[in-house]
Amino acid sequence: MNGFDAYQLGRRGTIASWLLAGAFLILIGAFFRTQVIQHEKFALQAQTNRLRAIPIEPPRGEIVDRNGQLIAENVPGFSVKLLAPKADSLRAVLRQFSQVVPLDSFDIEEALRRYRGAPYQPVVVLGDADFEDVSRLEEHRALLPGLIIQSEPKRLYPQGRAVAHLVGYVSEVTESDLATNRFPNATLGSLVGKAGLEREYDSILRGRAGVRYAEVNARGRLVREDVGSASLPAVAGRQIRTTIDLPLQRYIDSIWPAGVRGAMIAMTPSGEVRALYSAPTYDPNVFVGGIDAANWRLLNTDSARPMLNRAINGRYPPASPFKLAISAMALRRGLIDFDTHMPVPCTGVYRLGNRGFKCWKKEGHGSLDLTGAIAKSCDVYFYQVGQRLGLEAIIQDGILMGFRDRTGIDLPSELSPQFPSNLEYFNKLYRGAGNWSAPATTLNFSIGQGENDQTLISMIQFYASLAGDGKEPIPYLVHPTATTRHSTGLTEQQLDGMRHALIQVVEAGTAAASRHKDLLVAGKTGTAQNSHGKDHGWFIGFAPADHPQLVVGGIMEFAEHGTVVAPYVINALRRYILGPSEPTEMVRVLTDETVQGDSAPRPVQLPDSVPRPDTALRRPTP
Amino acid sequence: MFYGLVILYSAGQTDIVTQAQGVWYHQFIWLGVGLCAAWVTFKTSLRLLEWGAPALYGFSLILLIAVLVVGTGAGTAESSKSWLAIGSHRIGQPAELAKLAAVLMMARYLSGLKEPPRSLRDLVMPCAIIGVPFLLVMKQPDLGSAMVFIGILFSMLFWAGVRPRLLFMLASPGISLLLAFSNYAWGAWMVLCFVLLLLWRPYVWESVTVYLANFVMGVVAMPAWKHLSPYQQNRLLTFLNPEVDPRAAGYHAIQSKVAIGSGGWFGTGLTQGPQKRLAFLPEQHTDFVFSVVGEELGFIGVLVALSLFLALFLILLRVARRASDPFSSLVVFGIIGLWFTHVFENVGMTVNIMPITGIPLPFFSYGGSFFVICCLCLGLAARVSWDSRMSGYTEI
Repeated sequence: MNGFDAYQLGRRGTIASWLLAGAFLILIGAFFRTQVIQHEKFALQAQTNRLRAIPIEPPRGEIVDRNGQLIAENVPGFSVKLLAPKADSLRAVLRQFSQVVPLDSFDIEEALRRYRGAPYQPVVVLGDADFEDVSRLEEHRALLPGLIIQSEPKRLYPQGRAVAHLVGYVSEVTESDLATNRFPNATLGSLVGKAGLEREYDSILRGRAGVRYAEVNARGRLVREDVGSASLPAVAGRQIRTTIDLPLQRYIDSIWPAGVRGAMIAMTPSGEVRALYSAPTYDPNVFVGGIDAANWRLLNTDSARPMLNRAINGRYPPASPFKLAISAMALRRGLIDFDTHMPVPCTGVYRLGNRGFKCWKKEGHGSLDLTGAIAKSCDVYFYQVGQRLGLEAIIQDGILMGFRDRTGIDLPSELSPQFPSNLEYFNKLYRGAGNWSAPATTLNFSIGQGENDQTLISMIQFYASLAGDGKEPIPYLVHPTATTRHSTGLTEQQLDGMRHALIQVVEAGTAAASRHKDLLVAGKTGTAQNSHGKDHGWFIGFAPADHPQLVVGGIMEFAEHGTVVAPYVINALRRYILGPSEPTEMVRVLTDETVQGDSAPRPVQLPDSVPRPDTALRRPTP
Repeated sequence: MFYGLVILYSAGQTDIVTQAQGVWYHQFIWLGVGLCAAWVTFKTSLRLLEWGAPALYGFSLILLIAVLVVGTGAGTAESSKSWLAIGSHRIGQPAELAKLAAVLMMARYLSGLKEPPRSLRDLVMPCAIIGVPFLLVMKQPDLGSAMVFIGILFSMLFWAGVRPRLLFMLASPGISLLLAFSNYAWGAWMVLCFVLLLLWRPYVWESVTVYLANFVMGVVAMPAWKHLSPYQQNRLLTFLNPEVDPRAAGYHAIQSKVAIGSGGWFGTGLTQGPQKRLAFLPEQHTDFVFSVVGEELGFIGVLVALSLFLALFLILLRVARRASDPFSSLVVFGIIGLWFTHVFENVGMTVNIMPITGIPLPFFSYGGSFFVICCLCLGLAARVSWDSRMSGYTEI
């Protein structure tokens, strides 16, 4: 064949060598680019390939009372996690797991659900394992690939049930929390405060999670649990000091009658909350390490609603304690004085048109001045005060005094009271001006009934202003959140008169039976009409009456009468001011010798078709 | 060769038990077999091979057909029928044998010609020799091996003295096919073809044929694309952009590049590569064995390995130039073409400059039949070199 002489072969050989050299240069160039120029990028990628971040939970900040006593603290605990490559293998390992430490099917489903939410991350199986479980798991480690046992600080509430509604609880952050960024800097698996102070001051308490790395292979199997390099220590959360007086809080918990729903708040006239209690209560410690299904169901289906903080989220008709607000409005506007007698003396009933509005005392109080009317809680007297004011003035002044606003206490999800904004409200509510009677509504409002529902904290705030300088303090546990303060607008003299009238309530009036010689208590009973069952009882008082140090208010659902509540409140005041030496047994005795009720008339009966404002909390069903 | 074995040993050392664990040991056995084979071919006269080429070629075609009928998928090519098995025992991939057979057959045909092929009509026969096994391999389907046949065809035609412009005309429909996915690129390509054909002035019918072929290829490209199986489509697509599907189709491409890139200048040290140890690197003992080189021995190791290959090719080139007769020369150059395609494709795919096809790296990858064929080729080349030295043929 031609073309195979040495010359032509040499020529083609040269071309071939050049082509070969060119091709190899391309390859070498490509490797140089990947290995030398892009080395850092790929080295990083190689690291992320094989390392899995395992968060280290920081110890949460402690919560202490005003004297440094612990409300929430941390104790050493263990969390058990599993790192699994696939949901199937996680299921298999969980099955092995339950042979060593029993898990119920809910736990397993929950772990799988978490895994699907964040695959490739270690999934928490036991948030709070005890030492026995941990040592058993360690023994069977060979059977459980991907097992990670971490020593983690565990939340403990030493006073448990006594402080539940105050302190709240912690649990793992949910996906929806993360989506809405409710907890900045939280990552999946972080423990965050879900209620109470834990929620309100979460950003201070939480601290910052650290991270350590575990090495995995391509199938996601754990190879080495701790890669020493590049781990970040956790930053502990900071302590918060509250205004709470833990002995008082515990005392209230200890005297609260079993099975009764309600709330009690103790606060200084300047707004420092000394105790905040709601019953029934729950044990916040059950949430530590993840609440189990049975407990969760129990807490949520209980008709007594133990998770409801009745102190700030329960709305009740303010009833007689609101008479002080009506008095303040009339005094402020100069319509009455402390010795003003009303034109119609109390005969047990007050006639308005063709209807009669009853006083709680059938036989009537006769002619009273303001002080006497407050002491005896005479309804007929206040009907007439209300008429002098007029509904519009009551609403205007009520808004000015803050009965329509949240108090601004530093607890999450405080409910605002229900109070009309203007007369239009009634037209809308009853679908037209002709469907409601303004004079009848005025009478209802003047004794604290009608379309007026207040929270306990809101009423306490008003009474604190009477105990103090007439300005309503912002209640707070750590520091106040709101800045604008409502005012009763009363002069110092008028405030003195109010206090004097309130002293009469305890000394000679409706709560006379709760009187003690060694401490002068001022306060007001109340009985809130409840169309769904027995009436609710109120008592709000402060002591010592001449220079008040503490305002305490309580509400008990279905207590029938405010005088039932009064001894508990007065005992709380005595305990705080006189110290723990005073006996507390008289509570039971006193409940037996209640005076005859101060009972307001039924509110104007509304047709059933009329929609009521949000009544979810107002009318708890027995 | 021993470099390859050491790498293969390392590739087997993972933290997870894989089938790659013991392959270095098996490869030792294959080395023995290969050396024997090389010895046998070294002792075999080239004349005997020239005489036996058609028979060998025919035999390999029969095997290729057989594999289509009774073949089993395995190992790196699970879904394709490229293995021939007796009972449940796999005995090899006939495609590897077919490559060598095609080289021999081409060499025999081309060396029998009086003149190098000068027109497209002269190229019909060589194309047919390569085309038949090419189509059979495509049918398996094994894209990688099919590309090797193309490599063999072009390299041997070039060595036989076919003018580059004729090769260009032969290749142009293929390029047209690739460019057909972009209207602009294809349009520009058609204009370029037109101009080149005007300049070179081949026979009129040749121009028309080539141009028509380009046109047809461009038109049928899309339907043909749809005809490809999804996994082949995926591989080509992920070659263009591996990030399209990082967990599935692009996984190989990305992990290989990550392993190589993390190697840096000097690598992580032999047997120490974490990507390989933790099995992020797929097929580390076969198709992606070169990524292990990249990760553990770094750029320097890559440079050494590529230099060895280049040196091997240059030595073979010298042997081809000095060969005592056209047949031997063409055989040796065909082997260069065969290996070069393998090396370029395999090494190229580990750094994503070539699409990913299951194709082994000569002397590195684990795999019996290919390793033995490579040894056979070495023996052949040694024989050619020996012959030329004996005949006193000297280089100018």
